[in-house]
Amino acid sequence: MGSGRLYAAVAAGGFRRYATYRAATVAGVFTNTVFGVILVYTYLALWHEKPHLGGYDQAQAVTYVWLGQCLYATLAIQGGGAEKDLMERIRTGEIAVDLYRPADLQLWWLAGDVGRALFQMLGRGVVPFVFGAVFFPMALPTDVTPWAAFGVTLLLATVVSFALRYLAALSVFWLMDGMGVNQVLTVTGIFFSGMVLPLNAFPGTLGEVVRVLPWAAQIQMPADVLMGETDPLGAFAFQAAWAVALLAAGRLLQSAATRRVVVQGG
Amino acid sequence: MGERSAVAEGLRAYRLIAGMWIRSSMTYRTSFVVTVLGNLTVTGLDFVGILLMFSQVDSLGGWSLPEVAFLYGLSVTSFGIADLALGSMDVLGARMRDGSFDTLLVRPAPVLAQVGADRFALRRLGRITQGTVVLGWALASVDVDWSASKVLLVPVMVVSGAAIFSAVFVAGASFQIYAQDAAEVQNAFTYGGTTLLQYPPTVFGKDLVRGVTFMLPLAFVNWVPATYVLGRPYPVGLPGWTAFASPLVAAVCCVLAGMAWRTGLRSYRSTGS
Repeated sequence: MGSGRLYAAVAAGGFRRYATYRAATVAGVFTNTVFGVILVYTYLALWHEKPHLGGYDQAQAVTYVWLGQCLYATLAIQGGGAEKDLMERIRTGEIAVDLYRPADLQLWWLAGDVGRALFQMLGRGVVPFVFGAVFFPMALPTDVTPWAAFGVTLLLATVVSFALRYLAALSVFWLMDGMGVNQVLTVTGIFFSGMVLPLNAFPGTLGEVVRVLPWAAQIQMPADVLMGETDPLGAFAFQAAWAVALLAAGRLLQSAATRRVVVQGG
Repeated sequence: MGERSAVAEGLRAYRLIAGMWIRSSMTYRTSFVVTVLGNLTVTGLDFVGILLMFSQVDSLGGWSLPEVAFLYGLSVTSFGIADLALGSMDVLGARMRDGSFDTLLVRPAPVLAQVGADRFALRRLGRITQGTVVLGWALASVDVDWSASKVLLVPVMVVSGAAIFSAVFVAGASFQIYAQDAAEVQNAFTYGGTTLLQYPPTVFGKDLVRGVTFMLPLAFVNWVPATYVLGRPYPVGLPGWTAFASPLVAAVCCVLAGMAWRTGLRSYRSTGS
């Protein structure tokens, strides 16, 4: 079996695994829709007080909200994707089985997480987004080019998101318990990805800092590309640079970990 | 067994189980302190979001920052108390799927007390602390001509709010007995509810405000009584006395949630696994 086919099979497995929980998916759709409605109203009140905050008009702010709800589970903004299983496998020692496989550890987990992300977007993300488009005025392009560019940014955002969470998961080799790291993932994910407020509406220096951090690649970039607020090529370059840097850091940490690994359990 | 002794029995069981979980979490003290701090940070983020908004504007929906902080502090403190008491109820679906719910049914203690105290997490004090701090700041900085009734209304709001949120938790758990795999629906009403109440009612559409006033009366946690304290008219045009109706609303909610719970338990069928 070619290695391409192997990783495709792993990705398909990730997709199917999440597709099994249908009631949970429907419940998730409902929750994301409710939160979307609450956020839309608060953003509209905010943009009513200060029109063109962060360079967005009201329709763009609304679009941003629903995109955030669509990508929340897709990009595991709060954590809870592949890294959760990886941490558990490191803790229990089952990671030894993964290391023994004739496949690359990082690519193996990336493939699984891409499959998970694809399901979360189709199963859980699209419906709240469509709901938003039907009931609230949104700023969506009618042209096919921005949508295509948006697709590319989504793929890159998925890789950046995974690379960050992979790094966090590897730390369990040293920490033995992922609880604290998970909390850090949640806090940084929600705050720096712009779930609280679009990053371009952050004030002053804080705004400048959060817009160059890797989390900016996750919701802000796809949103700006879709709404034509940024040059797509610049966005791709930003996301790809973070993806490469974080994946490389993951490789380094991974080799350090596997050199000193002591398998837990027995 | 009379109704009164059943309640006493439930409270006793709750205290014993919760005590066991507290002792267990205290085994690793540093870890406990770290998780409390983590919990404080996670829950504090939404207030940071409000502060970020107010770094750009002076008012939201016509309300100033201290007024919004007043709503926020009330909502988060009430929710925090309910979450501390009954927050573990969202694992009910998982317990039913893996069959461990059946174990609770055969134990000689009220099921609601067992489920509520299950994995009792003292780290949730983080949310209550955070809510109280914001509430304290809001009380000090809000521009209100304090009277005895207004001062008294604040603790009444916190307690009634906690009871209303507790009823939502129990109702959500009853729903999970039917839905089994839908814990997130409960999150929409619990976490969604507390998020909604952190912002002024003037921000939201009329229908949404009507919905959380008359259908799911979350508005009585803080919106309705707080408009009296702050001297504002309530958006749906409720009469003035409703500002004092929160305890009554809370009592009705608790009775209804209790009935839903009993009905749910009676209809429970084990998965057999």
